[in-house]
Amino acid sequence: MSDPALEVSGLDKHFTLHVQGGARLPVLTGASLRVAPGECVVLSDPSGAGKSTLLRVVYGNYLAQGGKVLVRHRGAMVDMAQASPRLVLDVRRHTMGYVSQFLRVIPRVPALDVVAQPLRDRGQAPFEARARARALLERLLIPERLWTLSPVTFSGGEQQRINVARVFVADYPILLLDEPTASLDAASRLVVVDLIREARRRGVAILGTVHDAQVRGEVATRVRTLASAEAA
Amino acid sequence: MSLGDDRPLLSVRGLVKRYGPQVACLDVGFDLWPGEVLGVVGESGSGKTTVLDCLSGRVAADGGRVEYATAAGDVVDVRRLEEPRRRRLLRTEWGVVHQNPRDGLRMGVTAGANVGERLMALGARHYGGIRDAALSWLTQVEIAADRVDDLPETFSGGMQQRLQIARNLVTRPRLVLMDEPTGGLDVSVQARLLDLLRGLVADLGLSAIIVTHDLAVARLLAHRLLVMRAGEVVESGLTDQVLDDPQHPYSQLLVSSVLHP
Repeated sequence: MSDPALEVSGLDKHFTLHVQGGARLPVLTGASLRVAPGECVVLSDPSGAGKSTLLRVVYGNYLAQGGKVLVRHRGAMVDMAQASPRLVLDVRRHTMGYVSQFLRVIPRVPALDVVAQPLRDRGQAPFEARARARALLERLLIPERLWTLSPVTFSGGEQQRINVARVFVADYPILLLDEPTASLDAASRLVVVDLIREARRRGVAILGTVHDAQVRGEVATRVRTLASAEAA
Repeated sequence: MSLGDDRPLLSVRGLVKRYGPQVACLDVGFDLWPGEVLGVVGESGSGKTTVLDCLSGRVAADGGRVEYATAAGDVVDVRRLEEPRRRRLLRTEWGVVHQNPRDGLRMGVTAGANVGERLMALGARHYGGIRDAALSWLTQVEIAADRVDDLPETFSGGMQQRLQIARNLVTRPRLVLMDEPTGGLDVSVQARLLDLLRGLVADLGLSAIIVTHDLAVARLLAHRLLVMRAGEVVESGLTDQVLDDPQHPYSQLLVSSVLHP
């Protein structure tokens, strides 16, 4: 196997709920896994096992209590569990995209600009960024009459496709996908499956959760559980 | 590893302000990097506005260093600058947006004059050029050009706030301090202002410190957060991490007390 683009080792994550009498909620204990370029590793544990938590820790959205999250960024390995906020933001801008199950946007911004934003953040000209965004919206079957509207008012499936579009617009070398096809109809699901497979062929390292067994079979190069992943 | 810019724009250490026995802020420290937006959150009385006021010199701090890397390339301790130089810095390289637009605007002169005034203070004398700049900035903050000769009195709260922002940005500051910039505005007006602020900050490469009690505003505008309680910073970190996985009991309480941050 080639050198991993993402390597998680000995990851511990628990939540201490101070508001609820200091209750301690363990979620991950010693989680370990590696994802090489061109691989799509899908976690198949049941709900509540900590799959989404793992993705959030990898993205720097949750803090780890122990362990490492190494990602290849600008040619060097960066430990997301220790990185400064500035470095985490730099990794997110250039290296790692994350399709979450939620869409959070400023109410007034049109869908087209929401999708173009990651390219604008890298300093691409508005014209180029919008052109790329248009191509993705079209591909993801978002009707053109919606492009100038804020996605806040969109249906669940449309919002999910905006989420997918604004991550795939930016050609990140590492992708984290949290149920990218949930709440999608069959036609858009096919498009997302194609996007994932194309990314894989480009050498993108992908880590995700996919409930739907058929989609999982179509995108995954390896399927594993968090428990088995510990022995990676 | 290097992230391109080798030093912070602003470096604050050990900032202290007391009002008699009352501690307003205690040992507050942080770095602000070029192009970065720092949010300061906490409930009323947590000291967040005091921090901003100590930075701008509106309030004299009792101790600490506020080191600023000037456009000219030297590093100055803003608290120890002679008064004329500090005032000049505030008018040129810094901008201050107050929560109440009345504190930042001159209500007796027109919108155009409010924007042009800062340019004139820097020595601009050509009337046509100043008026053009004022018109261009009014348009950028989405105020119709035909309102240029109206008094701010005749503007809505949201328009006054946008005018105050234009007045600050016309001199192309490098650092903008904002105190509750969307406070006191209707929700629909807030969204518009948020969008505008975010666009301006990104397009102009501004650094900003934004004090707000509104966690949703902080999430949308700030890269990094400081959570303050009783004058002290109890937690700091990446904005979404602090809001989604707060560590300190007070941050957890703050986040869990909001309906949808």
